[in-house]
Amino acid sequence: MRSYSVNITKAKYLKPRAIGDEPSVNSAILATIDSTEMSIPLDPANRHYAEIMRQVAAGTLTIEDAD
Amino acid sequence: MALTKLRPAGQGFVNGNRNLFINGAMQMAQHGTSKAMAHDGNTSVYVVDRFTMAFGGTHEQLDGTYAQVADHPLSANGKSLKWTTGTAESSYDADEYLYVAQKIEAQNLQSINNGNSNAVPITLSFYVKSSVTGTFALGIYKEDSTTRIFNRTYAISSANTWEKKTITFAGDTSGGGIVNDNGAGFWINWHLAAGSNAKGGGSNGAWKNYGGLSDWADGQATNAIATTGGATWQLAQCQLEEGDVATQFENEDLGTTLRKCHRYFQKVFAGADNRYLAGTSPNIFWNATNTDNGGITFVETMRAAPSFSYNALKLRSPYAGDYTIGSLTANAITVNGLTTTTAGSSGSSNERVVYLAGTGTSSYYEIDAEL
Repeated sequence: MRSYSVNITKAKYLKPRAIGDEPSVNSAILATIDSTEMSIPLDPANRHYAEIMRQVAAGTLTIEDAD
Repeated sequence: MALTKLRPAGQGFVNGNRNLFINGAMQMAQHGTSKAMAHDGNTSVYVVDRFTMAFGGTHEQLDGTYAQVADHPLSANGKSLKWTTGTAESSYDADEYLYVAQKIEAQNLQSINNGNSNAVPITLSFYVKSSVTGTFALGIYKEDSTTRIFNRTYAISSANTWEKKTITFAGDTSGGGIVNDNGAGFWINWHLAAGSNAKGGGSNGAWKNYGGLSDWADGQATNAIATTGGATWQLAQCQLEEGDVATQFENEDLGTTLRKCHRYFQKVFAGADNRYLAGTSPNIFWNATNTDNGGITFVETMRAAPSFSYNALKLRSPYAGDYTIGSLTANAITVNGLTTTTAGSSGSSNERVVYLAGTGTSSYYEIDAEL
């Protein structure tokens, strides 16, 4: 598969605020792509997510844990 | 009573909705009408909806502008897409390549029977104009199942003159076909330049299994677009249709084109200061945490869960004025909508009903599910 050529300078998981005792899980990634900050869903069909995962697998990008 | 002779259905008629491209008339440009590209900046950009331009490999000097322009082969007021080289690449290295593409969603290509013995040919027609003459490659790249590629070439004979090109691609009876899903079915690529490693693989003239970069732009004979400052390349009236005949370009009403484009990208402007943004829902600002949760409902179901970004937004209360947003993020993103969360906001100290609002004409949010 040909990759989507972008420059990703930051990636960090996002969690929604917990409601009551319900545990909060990662629901998106906040990333800076080509100088634009984006919230990116955890959907393999999303080209930004796919590229983040490709760069993570290649060892060129690390996703920070959510706050 | 006069009798009218009727032709049987399917014989001699040219039916509507034939164009497999979306926005082939280049009318929609939600992403903006012009964007700068640079070897050390943005190297993959959308301007005209559904048509992307990308630098491949590692360019060292190249930059330029990708734009929608009011220049058309037939209409006084029609649109085309245009690449203009700014700083030229001093020499074109082996790993470098440059192209414009539309990626067609797999579900929209099932009727061509790709990968089956009854695969049908498809015909591409378009107008092209360039300051550079020579032989250019264009082709089809298919990722699903066995990755396949088929390039052909066309010649630009006269500089700075619109020329119509028509090219038929035989149906591909091998390769396992196109998965019937929301992924990319075909990439239709117009190559503008290709280094020596990006051609020579034998994909020019017939379908073959993709063997790597050497198949990517096989047949491309000039790199002068990339190596000439001020060089231009334009594309208009693109149509891709089943069969081996190019029919008259299908003019589509703008509303239909926009609705199709919205499946892949939506950009919503506030329009002015204090105006609420369409699609957003009211929500409660919690002064205890300086946060709020809101929502956005999309105007069209997206191809996939989209990425979310925004520019120059604020929270506005009908009762207590404005809140400055510290950060705005999205979660629970689906093909139909998302939840927004603001944090670190400041303004009124009371809990209020608030809306996402603009601060001026440049305020917007956008959601992106392009292929």
